[in-house]
Amino acid sequence: MSQNKAKSKTGQLDEPELAPLLKLSGITKSFPGILANDAIDLTVKQGEIHALLGENGAGKSTLVKIIYGLLKPDAGTFEWEEVVLSLSNPAQARSLGIGMVFQHFSLFEALTVCENIAIADDQKLNLKTIALRIKEVSDKYGLPIDPDRYVHSLSVGEKQRIEILRCLLQKPKLLILDEPTSVLTPQEALNLFATLENLASSGCAILYISHKLAEVKSLCGTATILRNGAVVATCNPKLETAKTMAELMIGAKLHNIKRPKKSGSHDNRVQINKLNLKSNDPFGMDLENISFDIQKGEVVGIAGVAGNGQTELMAALSGEVIQTGSHETIFFDGVGVSTMRVAERRAMGAGFVPEERYGHAAIKEMSLKDNALLTTSQKLNLIKKGFLQSNEICDLTHKIISDFDVRTTGLEMETGNLSGGNLQKFILGREILQNPRILIVSQPTWGVDAGAAVFLRKSLLDLAARGCAILIISQDLDEIFEICDRIAVLYQGTLSPLINTESASVDQIGLLMGGKTTE
Amino acid sequence: MSQIFQFFPKFVLEPRLEVSGKWVILSPIIAIILTLFSGVIIFSLLGKDPFLALYTFFVQPLTTMFGITELLVKATPLVLIGVGLAIGFKANVWNIGAEGQFTMGAVFGGGTALLCQHTESILVLPLVLVLGTLGGLFWGAIPAFLKTRFNANEILTSLMLSYVAVLCLSYLVHGPWRDPAGFNFPESQIFSDYAMLPILIENSRLNLGTMFAILVVLVAWILMTRTIIGFQLRVVGLAPTAAQYAGFKQSGLIWLSFLISGGLAGLAGIAEVSGTIGQLLPSVSPGYGFTAIIVAFLGRLHPVGVLFAGLIMALSYIGGENAQIEIGLPAAVTGLFQGILLFFLLACDVLVRYRLSHRSVLASERRE
Repeated sequence: MSQNKAKSKTGQLDEPELAPLLKLSGITKSFPGILANDAIDLTVKQGEIHALLGENGAGKSTLVKIIYGLLKPDAGTFEWEEVVLSLSNPAQARSLGIGMVFQHFSLFEALTVCENIAIADDQKLNLKTIALRIKEVSDKYGLPIDPDRYVHSLSVGEKQRIEILRCLLQKPKLLILDEPTSVLTPQEALNLFATLENLASSGCAILYISHKLAEVKSLCGTATILRNGAVVATCNPKLETAKTMAELMIGAKLHNIKRPKKSGSHDNRVQINKLNLKSNDPFGMDLENISFDIQKGEVVGIAGVAGNGQTELMAALSGEVIQTGSHETIFFDGVGVSTMRVAERRAMGAGFVPEERYGHAAIKEMSLKDNALLTTSQKLNLIKKGFLQSNEICDLTHKIISDFDVRTTGLEMETGNLSGGNLQKFILGREILQNPRILIVSQPTWGVDAGAAVFLRKSLLDLAARGCAILIISQDLDEIFEICDRIAVLYQGTLSPLINTESASVDQIGLLMGGKTTE
Repeated sequence: MSQIFQFFPKFVLEPRLEVSGKWVILSPIIAIILTLFSGVIIFSLLGKDPFLALYTFFVQPLTTMFGITELLVKATPLVLIGVGLAIGFKANVWNIGAEGQFTMGAVFGGGTALLCQHTESILVLPLVLVLGTLGGLFWGAIPAFLKTRFNANEILTSLMLSYVAVLCLSYLVHGPWRDPAGFNFPESQIFSDYAMLPILIENSRLNLGTMFAILVVLVAWILMTRTIIGFQLRVVGLAPTAAQYAGFKQSGLIWLSFLISGGLAGLAGIAEVSGTIGQLLPSVSPGYGFTAIIVAFLGRLHPVGVLFAGLIMALSYIGGENAQIEIGLPAAVTGLFQGILLFFLLACDVLVRYRLSHRSVLASERRE
């Protein structure tokens, strides 16, 4: 673990007139194999918007779970309004005035807004009173929502409003938000920021967890930066540049990657014509009239907020869900593949990397060798007469590990022990080494550390340079703009026309993500 | 995450970083030791000398050649069925109806033997064995069809079909297949020598069926570890979504699991009637099909493990009989022992994925 616990104090932070609302000192928490929090000190004052910055795995989530009473620290003290306490559960945290909005919502889709809030209500109010209070609080903070709407009919941004309202009804003194903008369009994010500023000015402190530097810079007055479980700096983000904060977060210099200019060759590798697909999941998204194409050597990006049909599109393209319609809608290399199963599509030279890594793209409980074999078994001479060719499988695994810089302890290592970044390098490496003609990747760098993300994007661009047609389904707009030649937006199961990246703006894509066009 | 389970304030169960290979082996051994320890307590409470009782139960049967051959005779069906079940369980296919597939093996094979009662040909025995295996296969195919076609829960269908199979056999030996010269006893005729499995050791009941069991263990071991089929079965059991992503045919793997486990249970059934019993009776199994479930888990779903587990369970049967005769222990003690063993085995399994650590020790480790 890092010995670097130097705390550089930049900016003017000390305002003696305000007593700290929350003061953590020396908070330490370890899980088997990792020290998630290493002697963390954190002070949050009344009415401030305090950012907790750090990469995935830096220990932000562990720290806020400790503040919210979900985890107990191994060591350190927790002071709330200058009283030392030990929280035993979230209900106690809520009674103190701590509210938390999680990244993943816990809402019942089949219930109304009001019912969802009533379920989690510690005060056990009746539905009418709650509906009134929702109206009152939502008017006050600019969070418009109809208490009688069913949750499944709401957008992601509206669902997040329920979670925020749920906290606000408890009249919190401290509101914790975990990556709140990761599911929002840029415009929805601006609305959220206005609400948060309004809240802060009424005296509520906000602990804002993020790795997006631009929004932290515009919103927060103080930032505590974590790396490898320890505080590396506390600063005023308004006085820092995004680059200096990024380097503090990552602990290394960042290199930009360059997208090569396309030659404009026309070789239709993927053609989708009016794809319609009904989702099996009652709360899933039906795909409607989806059409696009990918040329040889091209990277096409599909942006959009999660839950707008990405899972369904991925399953339809990979063949994990087969459409029942009569006419061909999916063409690989000019051949209709709509009724082909996964294995047949793979045999045509297609590779797939689904969003979910464990349990879908790889198997936690199996060794790296077994996972290398998972999608390669039909190819690469790994099987003769039904028998596994152990030497060839070992060679392939070695090659994935060395070519894609996967940090492991050996081929027999249980795959569940790989970090997020190493696991994704392994999975992408496995697909790339099969020399795909078509590669379809969902969320290539989600939850991956910055260094690995750069490596993965570079690998994808190299593959495209060798002629592969690549489709990237991603929620990360920065990533899409960085590596894609053309961009389309998936909204409510329909796909916008493809736009050349050079002529697209973040605003335009952001509006499309919210279902609006620029006109 | 680490707060999954706490029993004493000072001790916690912590998830291990990787499955402990040492504990995979140690856990069944500890379970056996704890079972023996419980045995001491139970025998004492029954007013018997606990060490004499344990000796009678677990050691004495192994002191004679006949005892050892009887052990192998009992272990044979358990191993044959257990290996098949273990393959299915690995693939998350829960065939609980091996008892029925075993019985159907006996019905089909035994029926063939009765049909060929007067045919004097060395081909009778292979025909009997093949038909017996097919009988089990057929009975296993029914839940496989219901599962893949209608998504019916295979635990219920296979279990219920067991009772159907047992009643079928009972009807046949009480009715159409009853030995006309059998004084109205519900038994079939004794099979002709051409339909019987050859005896391996003179004056014992040890027959060729035991060799089948050993062969099946080896083939299953190779199948599960060295072939693409075994790989696919393991993947579908651990992560069905990943199997779909990899392009493995799930319904095919469900069929395969049922056909293998049903076929092997059928083979065990016909080996039992044509090797050990020599005729059809209303009941041909003292619950082998169900005990084999314990055998499969005790053997860690590994074919070689199943071989050892089968021997241990067989010993509990033989030892139970011996203890009844020698020191008058109740017959229920056998079932009791099997239950205690499974209980401890499942309890010890926690230690494969978790380790017990002392709170204060942990805290000081973290400091470093």
